[in-house]
Amino acid sequence: MAAPTIDHTIGEILNLAASHFKVPRERLTPDDDFFKTLGIDSLQALDLLTRLEQHFRIELPDYELQGVSDFRTLASRIQSRL
Amino acid sequence: MLDLHQYASLGAALKDALERWPNETCLIEADRDREKVRLTYSDFKETARPLCRALQDADFKAGDQAAIIMTNQSKWLISAYSIFFCGGVLVPLDYKLSAAEHLQLLAHAKARFLVVEYYLWRAITQSPEFAKLTAQIVLVTEAPPGADLRGAYRWEEFKRKGEPQFVARQREDTACIVYSSGTGGRPKGCVLTHDSYLEQCASLTAWYPFGPDVRYLSILPTNHAIDFMVGFIGPFVCGACVVHLRTLRPEFVRDAFVRYRITYVSLVPMVLKNLERGLRAKFDELKPGKRWVLDRLIGLNKMLTRGRPHVAISRRLLPDVHKAFGGELRALIVGGAFTDPSTLQFFYDLGIPVTCGYGLTEACTAVSLNDLQPFRADTVGKPLPGSEVRILNPDGDGIGEVAVRSRAVMSHYLDDPELTAQTIVEGWLLTGDLGRFDLKGREHLQLFGRKKNMIVTAGGKNIYPEDIEAAFDGLPVKEYCVFAADYLWPKKALGDEMLVLVVRLEQNQEFDDKLRDEIVTRNRRLADFKRAGGYLVWEKDFPRTASLKIKRGELASEIATGAARESIAQI
Repeated sequence: MAAPTIDHTIGEILNLAASHFKVPRERLTPDDDFFKTLGIDSLQALDLLTRLEQHFRIELPDYELQGVSDFRTLASRIQSRL
Repeated sequence: MLDLHQYASLGAALKDALERWPNETCLIEADRDREKVRLTYSDFKETARPLCRALQDADFKAGDQAAIIMTNQSKWLISAYSIFFCGGVLVPLDYKLSAAEHLQLLAHAKARFLVVEYYLWRAITQSPEFAKLTAQIVLVTEAPPGADLRGAYRWEEFKRKGEPQFVARQREDTACIVYSSGTGGRPKGCVLTHDSYLEQCASLTAWYPFGPDVRYLSILPTNHAIDFMVGFIGPFVCGACVVHLRTLRPEFVRDAFVRYRITYVSLVPMVLKNLERGLRAKFDELKPGKRWVLDRLIGLNKMLTRGRPHVAISRRLLPDVHKAFGGELRALIVGGAFTDPSTLQFFYDLGIPVTCGYGLTEACTAVSLNDLQPFRADTVGKPLPGSEVRILNPDGDGIGEVAVRSRAVMSHYLDDPELTAQTIVEGWLLTGDLGRFDLKGREHLQLFGRKKNMIVTAGGKNIYPEDIEAAFDGLPVKEYCVFAADYLWPKKALGDEMLVLVVRLEQNQEFDDKLRDEIVTRNRRLADFKRAGGYLVWEKDFPRTASLKIKRGELASEIATGAARESIAQI
């Protein structure tokens, strides 16, 4: 099966983040700083990473999130493991 | 535990520890629910032996600097032990810094050797500054097969047969160079001797003796002063066990408490707050009847533990809460930044003692610690044995700068006699923190703010304005400067600290959306914990010296009198 496109992956991340942190989906855009937009700290970001792993059925080491603060970069890290 | 007064160096003490408890487990490393490494003290010695020999064959000599840039894992401790065994000086660097910052600190520390995890090494080799790497021998852990290591060796293959020669060091020799701040302006490399560490460890274990029945969960970075002491040196000289987790997701941390029956863990306030939030949410989900019972039991526990903790009683009164922490937790150790007293009290009332203290890298690890007799959420404890604390120039409320004198205090800042002379005056370390001894009893230290222009985040990171100013280089304004908000407008409290970007616009320039976006974008290039929290538009030119350096002190006073804290706009 072909890997989904990056836009598709971004879309799924935004949907998941919106529902998990109860933020209106339309408020989230790919280049948002997710710490700011979702109002979360680094531990909550790790929690988001776990949800994303479950959703995409992959394992992401914690270091993949180091220095990442926008949805687009996060999506590219996930995409490279799909 | 070992009698540390008998040893001249960390290497000598650790070497004896490996022989004293050969069959006790010293180290466990788990990744998610998979246990990857379990070593006894004897296994640890055997694992380190070929590395020690290989280091010596590579001409690693007494006094050579060797840096480690790794997340918490078994190879961190094995490498550090090997460096000490060979008489080296350990330079533990924060793995969360950028590659450029790593390169800068490696050069500053004159590190000849480097032990680094593959993903961090990859970032360093991709840095435009890579050519400036000073380390001659680099050992990379967990590199994938076939990876181009750019001249580095694989840690796992860096082994030599034969018995290595233990290299003795003296108490006054340097054990570690630990950086207490970032890299923007002036790297502050605290030079700590073997004497500092051995004295500090002896006083900490006098109050909190560890033994082979202790299992310490190491989740603060080991490069951090607290975990280096409480998650490595302390447990090892007492025959205790250290547990490393390769992922710090809350759910795996929770599992580890139970799986490894953890007795102690050190946390920064941010993590403690997160645990509190989780527990409060669980309590709120309880049906009214159960909640009523829980509240009564917490009240009863509170009454019974007023004078001192009684963990066995608390575990029986509140079994579900204690089971969530593995059922054998004796205390949470909290430090690295200001902790909200209500959070400390919340845990204490559940029968989970919280050992809150105060320390700074310049003073090795800790200056004061709560001895829990009784627990005082409103203080950072009593000065440790061997630490003298004085309050300089106290005001009407008794609040002044905290000064510390002890053998644990650093010897100096590396290659910075000027800063050393400003910081250690007549044997007293001037901490830049404001505090007083509590009015009742005058034994407990209380902190009220900072005199220095820096912030400490809830995650325990020290951030100096100079560390982040470079991110705003080229900002289209006349001039700019970064300050800690509390430095501009001192408040007699800690917590909610932030950095403020002060900008002076060009004549006829307006602060428009484009400039705002530019500030936001540049700020976002910084690691999340380093970002400025707000900005302030200042209407006057900055005062400057003859060599055009900003007179920060003068500018700070002008801003403090000419603007209010409320005029900071959020970024």
